Amino acid sequence: MTLKTTPLNAAHRAMGAKMVDFGGWDMPVNYGSQIDEHHQVRNDVGMFDVCHMRVVDAKGDGVRAFLRYLLANNADKITLPGKALYSAMLRPEGGVIDDLIIYFMTEQWFRIVVNAGTADKDIAWMKQQAATRAPNLTITSRDDLAMVAIQGPNARAKVWQVLPQTKAATESLVNFQAADCGEYFVARTGYTGEDGFEVMLPKEKVEAFWYELNKAGVKPIGLGARDTLRLEAGMNLYGQDMDESINPLEAGMAWTVDLKSERDFIGKAALLAHPPTRKLVGLVLLDRGVLRGHQKVQTAHGEGEITSGSFSPTLEKSIALARVPNGVQIGDSVQVAIRDKMLAAQVVKYPFARNGKTVCSL
Amino acid sequence: MSNPSNLKYTASHEWVKTEADGTITIGITQHAQELLGDMVFVEAPAAGRKLKAKEECAVVESVKAAADVYAPVSGEVIAANSALDGAPEQINSDPFGAWIFKMKPDSAADVAALMDATAYQAIVDSEAH
Repeated sequence: MTLKTTPLNAAHRAMGAKMVDFGGWDMPVNYGSQIDEHHQVRNDVGMFDVCHMRVVDAKGDGVRAFLRYLLANNADKITLPGKALYSAMLRPEGGVIDDLIIYFMTEQWFRIVVNAGTADKDIAWMKQQAATRAPNLTITSRDDLAMVAIQGPNARAKVWQVLPQTKAATESLVNFQAADCGEYFVARTGYTGEDGFEVMLPKEKVEAFWYELNKAGVKPIGLGARDTLRLEAGMNLYGQDMDESINPLEAGMAWTVDLKSERDFIGKAALLAHPPTRKLVGLVLLDRGVLRGHQKVQTAHGEGEITSGSFSPTLEKSIALARVPNGVQIGDSVQVAIRDKMLAAQVVKYPFARNGKTVCSL
Repeated sequence: MSNPSNLKYTASHEWVKTEADGTITIGITQHAQELLGDMVFVEAPAAGRKLKAKEECAVVESVKAAADVYAPVSGEVIAANSALDGAPEQINSDPFGAWIFKMKPDSAADVAALMDATAYQAIVDSEAH
């Protein structure tokens, strides 16, 4: 099978990237040391090719009402123009079709950013729902757009250096808010636990933008560091921490699921009918070794399983997200089966690290 | 970095150095460390453990993945490199210097029969295609 490529493929190779097959996309895993790249983002600034993710525009009268029904989080929470909201999109049975971000631009236009691996399925589902609930809406996959994430404490300054024309419109953005600056759509969002922007722009302009950022001192960061950054920040990865078989309330997503309002949404009845029996917690390994996905966790309340695990460059310890029985509490000692050994780990409140610092306590 | 010609190699990417006293020193190759990326954990076998050729006996873990290390020949473990416990990244910076364990092989002929650098390079090249 031929791998899909982003418009930055040649740039990655020219910058010495080690390329890997990432869900059918030919993507950079690192440009040298993944640990150095991780620290680069926590301490300074780095840029990520996220062109494989998909931008979708939902336009027309009643778009807010449609999203209010389509998504588990409540679109009514965002009223400030440009404001973003993280949400799960659920199956009627309650499983997670995808996690996504919606941006409220006008009452006729919401922008949606979805995961690469689920994009086609997501759009088909949105169109299917719109056909019956909101036939006048147009749902458009913006295949003409590219996306670059610039992340780290110095990220915004670097973007303003390269795109000075966007500074006036983006200087006052709060966290999780975007501004439409003509060709450039600039959002103060990300997947690292650091400040920064995600910039959407025409595909044909992205390579020049990438090189301009690099000239301004922004280093490219691969998917390897992207995964350890998001894990430290306690952010879920679709397909690993949740999928269509997982209740979002058992995936650390309760804060994004609005069950309090009268509003009905797809999956709500299933969630109310099946209260969660498990929950997602953070683990820090106390013994030497590395936590990985699918390792079994022995707790005083029964068995659990690691959903995402790795080495944390910030904590210099191995950390994980694990789905465990509800009775497990922060501070509990648990055992993780790694090969032929049972190793000691402690349950912690996550995120583990954000804004350059460790934030969980042992 | 080319594969040193004074070493022997396995298809599972271990290098093997024969010492003057007939014991062997084992590590993983430049190619292996490059595939794995930043090393964060090494678990070496304990001295005294008897190994069969191709037996899993050590684990190296990078941020990205865990990989088994195999005994290149049958024999007994005589030492493990405890310096790697606190500095596994030495495998990245100096793969042919950062040894993982030492063995006393059952037979010198088994060691002599391992691949030389040219044969090993051919395996690395074939994996790249």
